[in-house]
Parts: sequence; C-alpha cells; structure tokens
Amino acid sequence: MLWIAIRMLTGDAQKFYGLLFGIAFSTLLITQQLTIFVNLIERGASGVFNAPEAEIWVMDPVSRTTDVKYEMPSTALDEVRSVRGVEWAVPHLRAAASVRTSTGDLEGVAIIGVDDATLIGLPRNMLEGDKNVLSRPDSVIIDDVGVTNMFADGTDPIGQRLELNDQRAVIRGVADSIPAFTSQVVLYTKYTNALNYVPGSRNRLSFVLAGVSEGQDAATVAARIEEQTGLKAETRDEFAQAGIDFIIQNTGIPTNFGITVALGFIVGVAIVGLTFSLFIRDNIKQFGALKAIGVTNSKIVRMVGAQALLVGSVGYALGVLGTAGFMYAFSAVPQFKGFYIPWQIPLVSLVAVVLILALTGWLALRSVLNTEPASVFR
Amino acid sequence: MVKPTGEAAIHARGITRDFQAGQSTIRVLHGIDTEIRAGEMTFVVGESGSGKTTLISIMCGILWPTDGEVKVFGNDIYSLSDSDLVNFRLQNIGFIFQQYNLIPSIDVAANAAVPLIAQGMPIDKARARAKVLLDKLNIGDQADKLPNQLSGGQQQRVAIARALVHEPRLVVCDEPTAALDASSGRRVMDLLREVAVAPDRACIIVTHDNRIFDLADRILVLEDGRVTHDGTDMPHDH
Ligand SMILES: Nc1ncnc2c1ncn2[C@@H]1O[C@H](COP(=O)(O)OP(=O)(O)OP(=O)(O)O)[C@@H](O)[C@H]1O
Ligand SMILES: [Mg+2]
Repeated sequence: MLWIAIRMLTGDAQKFYGLLFGIAFSTLLITQQLTIFVNLIERGASGVFNAPEAEIWVMDPVSRTTDVKYEMPSTALDEVRSVRGVEWAVPHLRAAASVRTSTGDLEGVAIIGVDDATLIGLPRNMLEGDKNVLSRPDSVIIDDVGVTNMFADGTDPIGQRLELNDQRAVIRGVADSIPAFTSQVVLYTKYTNALNYVPGSRNRLSFVLAGVSEGQDAATVAARIEEQTGLKAETRDEFAQAGIDFIIQNTGIPTNFGITVALGFIVGVAIVGLTFSLFIRDNIKQFGALKAIGVTNSKIVRMVGAQALLVGSVGYALGVLGTAGFMYAFSAVPQFKGFYIPWQIPLVSLVAVVLILALTGWLALRSVLNTEPASVFR
Repeated sequence: MVKPTGEAAIHARGITRDFQAGQSTIRVLHGIDTEIRAGEMTFVVGESGSGKTTLISIMCGILWPTDGEVKVFGNDIYSLSDSDLVNFRLQNIGFIFQQYNLIPSIDVAANAAVPLIAQGMPIDKARARAKVLLDKLNIGDQADKLPNQLSGGQQQRVAIARALVHEPRLVVCDEPTAALDASSGRRVMDLLREVAVAPDRACIIVTHDNRIFDLADRILVLEDGRVTHDGTDMPHDH
C-alpha cells in the first residue's frame, strides 16, 4: 500500500513539486537565515577570535566588549603580571582612527596595537607578508576585508601609504582575520607605534591580554586577577560571548532574522498545507474507495505518513543543499568570510519541517479519516 | 443461466435506516427483510431516492443500519469490531462504483490488483494475478497503461477486475453502467455476468438501466424504503 501511496503522490507532478518546493523553500529560508544570523552575531566576537593566544582578557570594570571599552592606566599591566598563575601578560590597544587614502578618501578604521616584543594580539595567519614587518618603522598590517574595502580590485595593498590621523603609515602585510561585525577596516601595528597614531590622554591601555601557567585554570586565574587588581578579567570564551550578547541586545538583528525565520515557517505551512489539502481532496474518492474495499484507517495514516516522509526528506535535503550552495557561492565575498553552517541549524530546520508536515498532514488526514466508506456510492 | 443454489449469501432482517436532515429524522428504509442468494445476479431497482444505495451499502458492510441484522455468509457483520469488519470486506467483498474510482497514477494492472496488494500480496504477484482477469475481460493489452488512457467502458472493466481479483464471495455494484453509453454499458454487463456469476458467489447490482434488466436472475423493487416486488422478472407496471 505504501508503494501505491508514493505513486499517488509522485503521479500528480504538479502537487508533488508544489509540496517539494514548499518544504525546500521553508528549509532554505530557515537554514540560510539562521546561518547568516549565527555567523553575523559571532562577528561580535571577532576581536577575541583574532587574538587567539589570549586566554584571559583584562579590562576596566566598565568595559563590555572589544569595542565598548574604557582605557586603563599603564600600571595595570604590571598588576596583572604579578598575579599568581599568570604566565605572561601583554598590553593591547584598540582605538578608532581615520585614514586618508592615496586617492583622498577618508575612511574610519580600527587601530589595534599589539605587543612590541611578542606580537601577541595579531591574527594567527598572514595572507601576505610576515608578522615581523611590524618591526620596520611606520609599518601596519591590514586585514583582508580592509583590502577589499579600501582598494580597487587588483590593487596591491603592500607598500601603499596611508595618512593615519595625519601621520605616515605604510601597509606591509595582510592578515587573515575574521571581519568585524561592521566590516570596518582594521590596521594592526605595534603597541608603541599605535600610541603615536592615536592622540591620547593619560590612559591608553585598552586591554591586558594574559596567558595562564601550565596546569592553571583560566577561569580561576581570571577570578584571582579580579580579586587582586579590582579590574575585570574574562576568559576568552566569556569575552567572546559578551561580544555576541552585546550585538543581540543592542541591534534589531535577532528580531529581523526571527521574523524572516517565522515567515519561512508560515510560508511553508501555507504552501504545504494548501497543496497537501488539495492533493487529498483530489484523491478523496480514491481514498474512500480504498476504505470501502478494506483498507483500515491506520493503514491510511501510514500511507499519508509515507507521502509526508517522502516530501519531507527530499524537500529538506534540497533546502539544506541549497543553503550549502548559497554559502559556497558567497564564500569569496569578504563579508561572508568564514561563514559556516553550525550543525544545530539543520536540526532546527528539520524540526520545523517535521512540524510543518505533522500539522498539514494531520489537517489533510482528518478529511480522509472522516470520509465514510459509504460515501463512495454517492 | 446459472441455476440458483438457494444458499443464502445475505440474510437481512428488519433493516431500518434513518438519516438526520436538520432537525428532523427521515426514515429511508422501513424494516426490510430479504435474502440474497449465491449463484445469482440480483438487481435492485427503484426510483431515485427509494433507498437502493442505502440498502446495498448496509448489506455490504459500509453503512451501519439504525436497526436490524445483516448476516453475510453467516457472519453477523455489524457485531464485528471496526477493524474486523474492514478486514471482512477486504477478504469477502468486491466493489464496483459508478465513477470507477481508479487510482490515476498507477497502471491498469496495479489498479486491478489493489485488493490483493491491500491484503499484503507482493506487487508483482498481485499484478500477474490481475492480468489474468484483465485478459478475460479483453483488456489484457491495456495492462500497462494509466487509467485515463482508457475509454469509460474499459475503465469500468478494470473496476470489474478489481472487484473480482481477490475472488470475493459477494460483489456489489451501484449503477455500474450509469456513466457509459448504451452499447458499452451492455458489453460491460455481459462481461460482468460472464465473469462474476459463480455458484458460490452472490452479485448485487443497483441499476436504473432497463435495457439490462434481462440479465437479472432476480429483481428486487424498492419503493420508499420498502421492497414491493421480488421475482425473476420486472412487474408489469414498471
Ligand atoms: N448520508 C445521508 N444523509 C442524509 N440523507 C441521506 C444520506 N444518504 C441518503 N440519504 C437520503 O436517503 C434517501 C435514499 O437515498 P439513496 O441514495 O439510498 O437512494 P437511491 O435509491 O440510491 O437513489 P438514486 O437512484 O438517486 O441513487 C434519499 O432521500 C437521500 O436523500
Ligand atoms: Mg443510489
């Protein structure tokens, strides 16, 4: 009977493809939007991810994220270094600046000053040039999104001169980094160099990045730093989460994506529900005949279940493949750089598909189950 | 004509059926007592609204009587559980509907094999069995086509094959020729008589079609929910 059920469904090409489209469309919309959402809000933590060596971020108690921060006096560095369990601690400067390009455009950039000696604070990998180029005077390393934002296609950024807050800077390398939430251009330079670029008051130290000694737990050491220095110390994971939470709380992004995801679900219910009901209605005589001939209601439920399963699995697969295809197609676009589909998201859309089919299948089934076998003679 | 064996295939006693029409209750069948015998083709005739469809629906186990008892081959069918009754129909009854009700997306052989498939027989075996019957009905060469590629008369022959493929002991047909023109209706009925009537099988046909009355072994006339004639011929006033 299941064979008959499947043939009934696939034999009606128009409705079969309608159902597939409905499921695939919902899956695509939900999966794709959730994927972009998750990747986008994770950009709120890009500053943390781009400094992979730091196990603990130490900051002024009012600082919240890599970008929402209040500077500390430079003495904070030595205080952190003196805490037991801290293996190393380095200064980290983050500041906004404006840069005038050779073509005269003004662009807002983020300046990141990394430790002079260890270069801790730089992204792990370089796309062009070597990290040590920073030892040359006036050197900056630009991030790859910055290259596309600041230079015309095909322009080699290496050797380009910039006016950074009215001071000379030369790009000598390109870092392989995760773009900031705002896709703002990021320039890395040595800490002491950064102090020159950023006009400053007394306190210029944005963060102290620290590593813990062998056998020490980052959370414990962070707690000890807080207790001993009165500063705020967060582990890498905590601080990354803080960056994400900040985006969630301070932008309309979750609402916007939430609305789109809900729309995907509703459109799915509408398309699939309508098509399923039409399909059942068109075949109600056949179902009635089957019931009269001697097919039990539970077998009918299984038949419709098989139809839903077929539509669901094929439609879902198409939707997820579509999302993967979309991500692949856009992977070269810097704003989508590093986007991935977390495994939880296909699971969420699977649940949505199951819900859509359970809801619409149940609605469609009711009319079949309520059909009296005697109605076939009318 | 096949000699009636006299064995009662269906015993109907005091069959009453009411329908609810808004506030009021309409009695469509008024305590019908009758027997349908195996080996015979029994026609149920009567004016529109006289209760023919209601009566045969009750006799074949798809419509509960308001009152009365129906025994089909000795089984009091309305005392069976729901699922036992469904299964009883699957094993013992063949149906032919006015509108054929074939499944459009499976081929003719599979359509004819539906009762066997529903009984759990593998598709290939069931189709092979159905093909034998389709051959008998002169549409064996259409076995691999879809129903809508056939004429109405051919589709009704597929429906006949479906009604007989599982060798049921009771075959019920409601207006099997109503959707057909006169000559194909006649051909279909001739074939039905040939293949459906058997010593141990009862066959009930509801019809308006007086051109085929000569094929009946027995004719029941219903008027306003009562049997007013029961004989081998039509009464003269009809
Ligand atoms: N499900 C139902 N609900 C309400 N009334 C019904 C129902 N089924 C049948 N009736 C009524 O019962 C009466 C007999 O109907 P039935 O279908 O048995 O007549 P029939 O002799 O088969 O007529 P026809 O030749 O037009 O098919 C009619 O008045 C009809 O309106
Ligand atoms: Mg009728």
